[in-house]
Amino acid sequence: MTATIWWTIAGCTVVTALIKAFGPVVMGGRELPARVGGVIVLMAPALLAALVVSSALANGEHLHVGADTVGVAAGAAVLVLTRAGVLTSVLVAATLTAALRLLV
Amino acid sequence: MPSRPEPRGEDRRASFQAGARAAIPYASVGALLSMSFGVLARDAGFPVAAVIVMSAVVFAGSAQFAAVAILAGGGSAGAAIAAAALMNSRFLPMGVALGPSLPGPPLLRAAQGQTVVDASWAMANRGDGTFDRWFLFGSTAPQYVTWMTGTTVGALGGNLLGDTSRFGFDAIYPMFFLALLIAEIKDRRTAAVAGAGALVALSLVEVAPAGLPVLAASLVALWGLRRQEPSR
Repeated sequence: MTATIWWTIAGCTVVTALIKAFGPVVMGGRELPARVGGVIVLMAPALLAALVVSSALANGEHLHVGADTVGVAAGAAVLVLTRAGVLTSVLVAATLTAALRLLV
Repeated sequence: MPSRPEPRGEDRRASFQAGARAAIPYASVGALLSMSFGVLARDAGFPVAAVIVMSAVVFAGSAQFAAVAILAGGGSAGAAIAAAALMNSRFLPMGVALGPSLPGPPLLRAAQGQTVVDASWAMANRGDGTFDRWFLFGSTAPQYVTWMTGTTVGALGGNLLGDTSRFGFDAIYPMFFLALLIAEIKDRRTAAVAGAGALVALSLVEVAPAGLPVLAASLVALWGLRRQEPSR
């Protein structure tokens, strides 16, 4: 088991480094046409929205709704409706999730 | 698009410091996430040293969680590495977007690309298709520090904490990404793209391996090729 763990860490390190290096090596220093700039600008909302839903509404490879979904919804409301920062809204989401798990 | 001239020394420092300041809330949240990673990895049978080394050299939260979950479920190293690679595949489009903003020879650019994490990438985005690389480095720095601190605390003190889902720690990740997303939604167009990205990801969750739905969602950004409004 320990050997497997260390091989996994080595593999993850190499793969992550290669993935992170790809774009900078291939695209580095290039002047991009303006239309490509328009695509880059939209990449952040597309990727981040996908990360939100896949972490909030899925459990691995299955759709899943539970106490954490309710907690995240409440944290999101705090984040959007008040001027509370990310840390406060994270604490609201986690606390409510924990409370629901304790009660249910 | 004309690239901006590289700033001078003091401007670089100012950018780095601004990035570091902007990242502090995300770095704090990262401490909680990495703490739960430490606990989880210890539960999965990782020695303390392996937990800490993994955070130090991989430094990619969702990939680390995915790899550990696969090993904990009895999966092979190959399966764990493949899952981590899929979770990290979003750094491909992110790196392609960032690439033109990084100067220097290929190896140096590859090294600079290692500093990309979600929050830094999103915040260093100037909103015109270019990135402030010193802001990026600055915002990754505190996140790395707290990622290591949290991991160490979790790995060493995990027995005291027990199952972190009791504390609702699994609600942290979506909130982390949501806070970044809200800052990116500036108009109807970005809101529509976010909605479409979310739909693409959701529709693929059940049929594609974890990580792929997020990568697929990046294709929605190709909408940007359509008519270009005059910027600014």
